Amino acid sequence: MELIAFYIFAAIITVSAMAVIAARNPVHSVLWLILCFFTAAGLLVLIGAEFLAMLLVVVYVGAVAVLFLFVVMMLDVDFVELKQGTLQYWPFAGLVGLAFIAEIAIASFARESSGRDVFNPAPGAATNAEAIGAVMYTDYFLLFQLAGLILLVAMIGAIVLTLRHRPDIKRQNIARQTARRRADATSRVSVEPGKGL
Amino acid sequence: MDLTINHFLTMSAILFTIGVVGIFVNRKNIIVILMAIELILLSVNINLVAFSVFSGTIAGQIFAMLVLTVAAAEAAVGLAILVVYFRNRGDIAVERVDLMKG
Repeated sequence: MELIAFYIFAAIITVSAMAVIAARNPVHSVLWLILCFFTAAGLLVLIGAEFLAMLLVVVYVGAVAVLFLFVVMMLDVDFVELKQGTLQYWPFAGLVGLAFIAEIAIASFARESSGRDVFNPAPGAATNAEAIGAVMYTDYFLLFQLAGLILLVAMIGAIVLTLRHRPDIKRQNIARQTARRRADATSRVSVEPGKGL
Repeated sequence: MDLTINHFLTMSAILFTIGVVGIFVNRKNIIVILMAIELILLSVNINLVAFSVFSGTIAGQIFAMLVLTVAAAEAAVGLAILVVYFRNRGDIAVERVDLMKG
């Protein structure tokens, strides 16, 4: 049963990975990539690594959704055509959605019915997440901190790269506002009669 | 026949190869190149988790998590570079990224 489930998942992963690199339309490419990651998560559930599987769904599928936005934003996508073509994506999107549901069913059923436990996803603990937590904050504490540091550097790098000060926009400068005195802002002019300023 | 680690290693190798081929095939579309890199990292992750689960040590899953972190950071910085490039050039065609060539 597990072997059947594995072969189904492996086939879906291989086909969808090929579709990612072969698809003409980058939007299709992204959808195939989501399917590929989701199936990989199912594969990890199959061998009992539930925590990593959920992490894969949250991080990767979340990141891929952002990637999708970039595709829509940057490539030469005609937005009018995109709106008209929403209907044509329905069969494809529906297929991907059905595959998701089927995979959840397969992974949970195969895991339930396996009966034996040849895998050891949680050595010395009750659950997989517990086993990971037991070593992540103790043995691998420095690596954990380093991962946080990498994320911080990436965040700062992305902000520094994309931040720009546009000179054509008016911005509030609070220091200049509060430093302003009456003498700087107003002046007294004596206007001669009949001449104006 | 049982599910063994060889199944996972074979599938992961296939996935890795598809990712590498994807980089060579899609020379024009940088977003698809980024996706191919994600595929490669996914295959590495599957390898690490499979070794971890089949050998009964948890360390592989920690490493897989670190790979995940690096992949997220890479995607963020890569897309930021893309945004800046798009802002300067108006498109993201890879074959014209030879601006800095003398």
